[in-house]
Amino acid sequence: MKRILQLISLAGLLLTILPPILFFLGRISHTLQNGLMLLGAIVWFASAIFWLGSKPKPGQ
Amino acid sequence: MKIAAISKKLDSLYEFDREPVNNKALQGLGNFLGTYAGEHVAGTEFVIGMLFVAHGVSVTDMFLGGLIGNILAVLSWALITAPIAVKVRLSLYWQLKKICGSVLVFLYNIINALMFCFLAGAMVAVSATAVGIPFDVKMPTLSDLYPSSVGWVVTVFAVGAVITTFAILGFEKLARFSKVAAPWMFFIFVAAAISSFPRLGIETDLSNFWEVANTKIWMGTAIPGQSQFTIWHVIFFTWFANAAMHLGMSDLTLLRYAKKWQYGYASAVGMFLGHYVAWIASGILYAAANSDAPGEVAYQAIGIAGALCVIVAGWTTANPTLYRAGLAFQVASPGWSRWKVTLLAGLITTLAALFPALVMKLLDFVALYGLVLIPMGGVIFADYYLMQKFGLKDYYAERMKINFNWAAGLTWFILLAAALAMNLIVGIELYFLPLPAWVLAIGLFVLLSKIYQKKIG
Repeated sequence: MKRILQLISLAGLLLTILPPILFFLGRISHTLQNGLMLLGAIVWFASAIFWLGSKPKPGQ
Repeated sequence: MKIAAISKKLDSLYEFDREPVNNKALQGLGNFLGTYAGEHVAGTEFVIGMLFVAHGVSVTDMFLGGLIGNILAVLSWALITAPIAVKVRLSLYWQLKKICGSVLVFLYNIINALMFCFLAGAMVAVSATAVGIPFDVKMPTLSDLYPSSVGWVVTVFAVGAVITTFAILGFEKLARFSKVAAPWMFFIFVAAAISSFPRLGIETDLSNFWEVANTKIWMGTAIPGQSQFTIWHVIFFTWFANAAMHLGMSDLTLLRYAKKWQYGYASAVGMFLGHYVAWIASGILYAAANSDAPGEVAYQAIGIAGALCVIVAGWTTANPTLYRAGLAFQVASPGWSRWKVTLLAGLITTLAALFPALVMKLLDFVALYGLVLIPMGGVIFADYYLMQKFGLKDYYAERMKINFNWAAGLTWFILLAAALAMNLIVGIELYFLPLPAWVLAIGLFVLLSKIYQKKIG
């Protein structure tokens, strides 16, 4: 299950970094870029919260 | 409030880590890499990169100066802070208390708490520049020092109220969210910069990147009303942006859990991803935007995700900062509960956030923050390495059961006064004062300890 969540989170990060590259290359519009990045943010936070950050930082 | 009561309250706040960390509690390198990466991709990064552009740094200043400054910061953590941390294995509070005594530590805590409030205030304002976008709030500009509109005031109070509420509820609830947010925020910085390339006229093969960088981003000429920066400003600001943590020794609290001093090099992740890359990215964003407000700048680049990142970045920096301020003030408050003190701290923070100067002059504030606290780092360094070499007692306050080590106190006050005089009268900029303050603190503390310890016997 953790592995699946990590893959979903990875998809979220890819949806964060790939759209601007595609926009820069002229493949997608600015509006589509913005929409995909917002989707990426939702996907990231909705999945990463379940597997990232469970280990306390030194001292906590 | 009586000294004994202050001392007892302070001790109880930090009771859980009174003893040196034992070997079983030591942590692996991965933890430190993650911690440093997370801590240094923050709301401040949006502002600092923008302000470098406004202050007219050139491409060389930014790329080379940033590289040198960050290397020096990493070396400070690894060679100065970490070796002491892994030997004494105490938090900053207990280390300082043994040297300086309860009263001086109390003063240090209060001043640190005030600085925390102002830093949190800057981050509340940063978040507000994004929250206000859907409401068409008139945002402050680079030259604004006072609140720019009623809408701004309302937005800042709303953001301040939310952040204060979460700080009252307990920092621990947010710590995990901050860890989750950090990797995403880094990607957003890079993504938003790439998204700005077309607006700046950068070709898809990047063939004219450096030409655009020179002519449209880091042009080497300050915006009217801003002081002109040189490579030395970039180097020294970058080096001492976290002065309180490395040479100021606040990261003793973190690095005492390191298995070996070399873990201090883990700070490189924070410096090069968080500071170097993020500051360059936010400079690119700013050059492509037509606003001075971080929220609007990010929104123009990548829409809601950008605005969201500014809100999250400001919030995740402000919340723990405000929480720590509340803890520190609690010691000074006569029997108040933590939530009341945190509420008061939140009010101070929010009132400070109303003034855009806190954001637009963030570079000066960060430099001042480091300057105020760095002399005590010099005291700790001198106490650890030099006291016995000069035939003096280390941990003097503990050994002699005194509440105020005057050698340490005078070192701090004299150097602060001297530094502020150099700034206000001679005109030396704040960015260049932490280094001499730290070096002189070492010498002055030894000298004053010679006199003081002889006097006390």
